[in-house]
Amino acid sequence: MMELSALYQDVILEHNRSPRNFHRMDDADRHAEGRNPLCGDQLTVWLKLNGDRVSDVSFEGSGCAISKASASLMTAAVKGKTRSEIDRLFQRFHDVVTGNSSPETESRRELGKLAVFSGISAFPVRVKCATLSWHALKAALEQGAGAVSTE
Amino acid sequence: MTSSLAPSTTTPLQVSAFDPERIRGEFPILATRVNGRPLVYLDNAATTQKPRAVIDAVTRYYASENANIHRGVHYLSQLATEAYETVRQKVAAFLNAPSSREIVFVRGTTEGINLVAQTYGRAFLGAGDEVLITGMEHHSNIVPWQLLAAQTGVVLRVAPIDDRGELDLAGFERSLSERTRLVAVVHLSNALGTINPVRRICEMARARGIPVLVDGAQSASHLRIDVRELGCDFFVFSGHKLFGPTGIGVLYGREALLERMPPWQGGGDMISSVTFAESTWAGLPAKFEAGTPHIAGVVGLGAAIDWVSAVGLDVVAAHERDLLEHASAEISEVPGVRLVGTPRERASILSFALDGIHPHDVGQVLDAEGVAIRAGHHCAQPVMARFGVAATARASFAVYNTRDEVAALVRGLHRVRQVFGV
Repeated sequence: MMELSALYQDVILEHNRSPRNFHRMDDADRHAEGRNPLCGDQLTVWLKLNGDRVSDVSFEGSGCAISKASASLMTAAVKGKTRSEIDRLFQRFHDVVTGNSSPETESRRELGKLAVFSGISAFPVRVKCATLSWHALKAALEQGAGAVSTE
Repeated sequence: MTSSLAPSTTTPLQVSAFDPERIRGEFPILATRVNGRPLVYLDNAATTQKPRAVIDAVTRYYASENANIHRGVHYLSQLATEAYETVRQKVAAFLNAPSSREIVFVRGTTEGINLVAQTYGRAFLGAGDEVLITGMEHHSNIVPWQLLAAQTGVVLRVAPIDDRGELDLAGFERSLSERTRLVAVVHLSNALGTINPVRRICEMARARGIPVLVDGAQSASHLRIDVRELGCDFFVFSGHKLFGPTGIGVLYGREALLERMPPWQGGGDMISSVTFAESTWAGLPAKFEAGTPHIAGVVGLGAAIDWVSAVGLDVVAAHERDLLEHASAEISEVPGVRLVGTPRERASILSFALDGIHPHDVGQVLDAEGVAIRAGHHCAQPVMARFGVAATARASFAVYNTRDEVAALVRGLHRVRQVFGV
């Protein structure tokens, strides 16, 4: 059995308690909503673009510790990055949380703090929690506005 | 009225003689260890575990009786047909239905409600007619009526519930209008544990000539059901929440109504004769059972009814009432716990929130302790909205649960608070 502490790492618990960039952004260029219909988790991601670069990003919503901490760490990680850098980071993140990446690889190093979510690969039902905010961010970048669902 | 299958066991003496450990021994899965700890299964509202008698009945059916029913002249087909039809009589007795012609086998509660919506609803309800439900329905008693509304222009009305999670009976009566043509109401709420005053509801509706459908998905394994005493016109339940197999359930319908209703699905077994020009329908209940049914499921359901009747639903109810009161008091002692739904008449189910901790995280930490509960909206999102939460944690008890398991749940909740540092 996978230890709970691998899932609920201190960094995750801390971001759950005090999420970063946790507010509405009334002057955002883009926003999108993410929903997990199975559990009712819901969050909105707002962002400002400077050309191809995300200059500011925030989120709000309700969800479990994993979805909230993931959104919080995501906002910190993507601020200042270009679309293609964000796409690449999401791909790396996805590989790690779904267990498609072995430890100590290049992709893990690229993830930095986001690597705390690697423990999720042992809890497959929680992958949707960890990726909800990323799907919303992607939708905001691609469509400008709208809603995405994990289903 | 006491069902012929249920032994009369209402005195306190017999209740105290009830031995959950002996009952537990009949459920192989309860010996499972989860994450190195004994399984504490408190997700009975989702599905109950199966006693050896049910598992054996299904195995025996496939090992020595399997054949298709109703059309074979050979030995096995007759055996299977008899097994299948015997259970129909058993179900009729279990519900105290006047006739086994009123018992239709379906996949489960959901299918039973959809059947009524699509046959009774489409045949006898029109634009502007109203279907009245309550504010505590499961999605399966909301969405079928919304589909009907889109097809026919029927209007769905909702009777209010109060802050305790009880039906506002006066509000319900006010919601009965000149145009109300059907009432569909849950017997025991899966999200709140509320037992609705179904008899009173049926009286109110009957006085206005309105038929009532009762969603018995949760109630059938916790309360003794007597459709004549309740006065309902339809009663629906699922086998898998009554210690039986998944994929099998029952629709009871008053014979006069079933006779008037058109068939639902077309196919084999539901016809009297077929030509390319036209077909005529079989009588009850075959008219509603097109195609080869879930015969093994019916056999398993029969074994489940035998099993629960032998224990006695009055004994089950008394044990669970005791356990629920105990659990309710114990859980309320955990700092930060808020019960969602505090109805005076309740059974089996405790929905709760833990301050500052999402129910999914509660469920995840409890799982690591071997304790299985449900976290989520319980397919009752309007109920969640009524109480201002997105989700709750829900512990639901069955006859085999014990006070030791309540203690494990409470220990688990303290562990949750420790993990999250609250």
